Amino acid sequence: MMQEFKTVEVTTDLLIIGPGMAGCGACVEGAHWAKENNVKITVVDKAAMERSGAVAMGLSAINQYQGENTPVDYLSYVRQDLMGLCRDDLVMDISRHVNGTVHMFEGFGLPIWKDPDGNYVHEGRWQLMINGESYKAIVAEAAKNAIGMDNIIERVFVVQLLLDKNDKSRVAGAIGFSTRDPEIYVFKFKACIVCAGGAVHVFRPRSTGEGLGRAWYPPWNAGSSSYLTTTAGAEMTSQEVVFIPGRFKDGYGPVGAWFLLFKASATSATGFNYMAEGLAEGGELHNWPPYGKVKPIPTCLRNHLMMIEMYQKGDGPIFIHTDKAIAKLAEKAPDEKTYKKELKKLEAEAWEDFLDMTISQAILWASKDVFPEEGPSEIMPSEPYFIGSHSGASGAWVSGPEDIQTDGSKNEYFWGYNRMTTVKGLFAAGDGVGVSSHKFSSGSFTEGRIAAKAAVKFCVENPDMPEADGAEVEKLKEQILLPLKVYEEHKGYTTLGTATKKYDLPVEEVNPNYITPKMVMFRLNKIMDEYVAGWGSQYNCSSITLNIALDLLKLLKEDLSKLAARNLHELMRCWENIHRVQIAEAHTRHKLFREETRWPGYYYRSDFKKIDEDKWGKVFVNSVYDAEKDEFTMLTRPIIHLVDIKEVVGM
Amino acid sequence: MPSFVIEEKCDGCKGGDKTACMYICPNDLMVLDVDRMKAFNMEPDMCWECYNCVKICPTQAIEVRGYADFTPLGASVVPMRGTEDIMWTVKFRGGTIKRFKFPIRTTPEGQAKPDGGFGVGPGKLDDQLLFTEPASLKADKLWTLGD
Repeated sequence: MMQEFKTVEVTTDLLIIGPGMAGCGACVEGAHWAKENNVKITVVDKAAMERSGAVAMGLSAINQYQGENTPVDYLSYVRQDLMGLCRDDLVMDISRHVNGTVHMFEGFGLPIWKDPDGNYVHEGRWQLMINGESYKAIVAEAAKNAIGMDNIIERVFVVQLLLDKNDKSRVAGAIGFSTRDPEIYVFKFKACIVCAGGAVHVFRPRSTGEGLGRAWYPPWNAGSSSYLTTTAGAEMTSQEVVFIPGRFKDGYGPVGAWFLLFKASATSATGFNYMAEGLAEGGELHNWPPYGKVKPIPTCLRNHLMMIEMYQKGDGPIFIHTDKAIAKLAEKAPDEKTYKKELKKLEAEAWEDFLDMTISQAILWASKDVFPEEGPSEIMPSEPYFIGSHSGASGAWVSGPEDIQTDGSKNEYFWGYNRMTTVKGLFAAGDGVGVSSHKFSSGSFTEGRIAAKAAVKFCVENPDMPEADGAEVEKLKEQILLPLKVYEEHKGYTTLGTATKKYDLPVEEVNPNYITPKMVMFRLNKIMDEYVAGWGSQYNCSSITLNIALDLLKLLKEDLSKLAARNLHELMRCWENIHRVQIAEAHTRHKLFREETRWPGYYYRSDFKKIDEDKWGKVFVNSVYDAEKDEFTMLTRPIIHLVDIKEVVGM
Repeated sequence: MPSFVIEEKCDGCKGGDKTACMYICPNDLMVLDVDRMKAFNMEPDMCWECYNCVKICPTQAIEVRGYADFTPLGASVVPMRGTEDIMWTVKFRGGTIKRFKFPIRTTPEGQAKPDGGFGVGPGKLDDQLLFTEPASLKADKLWTLGD
C-alpha cells in the first residue's frame, strides 16, 4: 500500500530555494534587510545546508576577487572568455561588490593564503588560494546564524513554482516534498529566490559504471533552477551555452593551480604546444576573430585546440607537464636544502589542490602510483554542463541594477528589481542567472546578496499576499506522487519487485508498465550525447541531429508519466530527471535556433561551421516556455555594451 | 563502491533519530538499516566521493574505495578532521605513504558572524549598498558606472 502523505503548509514572505553559495549569500544579506523591514524569510534545501550545493566538498581557490582591478577590467575578461556573450550590467554589478564578500569570508573564518607581507596569495590575477576544505560549512554557518535555525527546512525538494491565480505573471508559491518523510510541502510567499544550481548528467558523463557519479560538477545539481524558472514562464537566456571543463582525466581534478600558479604547459601526445602554436601568426585561433586573436584565450577555444589534436589529428592524449613545472619552480632555489624544502612545499600545495575539492583525483593518483613531480598526466575535455557561473552562461534572464545602465540599456536590462526574472516576485541567483558568467563561488554568494536585498524591497513594496490556485495545488500533489502510485499499481506484474524483494538494493526492474528514474536518465544521456553534441559525437551536431533529438525527447517526455519510484529517494530521482529533461529540450531548441558555431570547443554546428559576428554577435538567444501549451517561443535580445573595452585584462 | 561502511565499526549512531552520514550526504545516499543498526550507501554510482560522510562519521566507520571502473585497487585516502585542521593520509598502491595537514578554519566552530566583522553600513533599502558596505569593500565608496 502507498503511504498516506500529509501536507505541510509554510507561509512566509520570501523563500530562498537552494542555499548553496548564492543562497547562503541571500541568507546573510536578506536577514539584515528583512529584520529592518519586518519581512519573514524561509530557506529550503534538498540536502543539509552545512554541505549542500556545488561547494559541498570544498574548494582550493576563490576564483573571483577583484583586488585593485576595476569592474571594467573584469568585464573585459568575461566578455572575451564568452566570445562576446555577456550582460555588462550583471557582470560589473557582481564585480563591484565581490571584494567585500571575500573579506567577509575571511571574517567568517575561511583561511585565505597570505604571503609574508600579509597580502593574499594570488593564483592568477582574479584568483586567490585558500585552505578551503570547510568553505561551505563556514559560509553556511554564517548564513544559519543570520537566518536562524527555525527558518531553515532541510531535506525538502522543491519541484515546481505556483503562480498567482489572479495574475499569471506573478509567483505565489512553491510545492515540493520531503525526501525523508511522507510529506508534501506547500509554500506560500510574496517572493522567492531560485538558486538551486546548474545541471549535471543531462549529457552522458565519461564514466558510466560505478564512476557515473564522478562528474566535474556535483550529480545532485539536476537543472532545478532552470526547471523552476522556465516552467513558471520566466524568460530564459543562452540555454545553448554549455560549459566543458578540461580537467585531469577520469578524476576531473582541477587544473587551475597547475596552469596559473605552477605555470605548467600542456601539449599533444607527441609534444605539439597547441596553445602557443594556435596563438602564433597563422595559427588556428586566428580563425575565430576577434576573440581568438586576443589573450587570454577563451575557455572554449582552449578546448577547441585540444579537440583538434585529439579528434582531427589523432594526436591524443593531451598531457599536462606537471613534472617540468615543479622542476622549474624548485630550481629557482639557491641551494640544495632550500631546493628540497621548496619541492616539499610545492608537493603539499599540489596535493591540497585535489584534497580540498576533488578527492577522487588524489585516490586515482595514489592508486596508479602517480607522482606529479616525476611525469606528466593526461587532461581531457569533459561532458557538457549547464551552469550560470564559471565559463557557462545559461540561466534566467534577469533585471540588472538601476545605476549600471545607459539610456539605451535601461529599457532592455532594467525592470524595477535587481535579479528579478520576467515573472514578478521571482528572483534568481548563482547558477540560476544567465549571461553573468565567471561569478564562481564568491560571485555567486555576492549575486545572492544582491538578489536578497532587492527581493526584500519587493516584499515591502508589494505587501499583498498573492494567491495560489487551490485546484492547481491539488493536481500537483497528485502529479508529484504519481511515480509511487505507478509503482504500486504495476509492481506485481513481473517477477522482480514482489513483496519479498529487498527494494533497497540497486536493482533495476524490468516491467513494461513503467520506467525507473535511472533509465530515464540513461535514455536522456544517450539522446544528448549522440545527437546534441556530447563527447560521444565529438561535440558535433547539426539541424538534422538536433531535430532527431527533439523527436526522441518528445517520446521521452510522454514516458515521464510512467516514471516509477519505490521509495522517497527514488521519487527525488524521478523529479530530478523531469527537471533534467526540461533543460535538455530548452538547450536543444536554443542550439537549433543559433545558426553558427560561436563556441568551438563547447559544441560545433557542423552545418554552420563558423562564427557569424554580423548575424549572431550582437544578440542573446532567449526563450519563453508556455507550460499550458508545452511550447517554446524563441527570441533575441540585444547585446548592449555599457563601456568600451580598449584592452582585455588577462588572467 | 565509492563510500562504504565497515560493518564492524558502524553502530548506526545509536540514540539518534538519523545517522550522521544520513544527515550530511548531499545526495541522500546513506540509509540506516534499522534492523541491523548499520548504515550503508544505497546508490554508490551516484556518489561524488565528496567525503562528507567519511569526515563526519563518529566511529570512523566510513571509507572510500575509488570508482572500480577506472581506479586500480589498493590505494586509500583517509582524512582526520578536527576543529582547526584536517590531516590526510594518502596510501599509494605501491606502498608509499604521504601525510598532509591543512588548516580548515580560523574561527571557533559556530562563531561565524554574518557581517564578517564589518558591522552595519549606511546603506538604505533603495540604494545599491549591501549591508556591510563600504567597510567590507575596504574602499571609500561603491563603484558605479562612470567611475
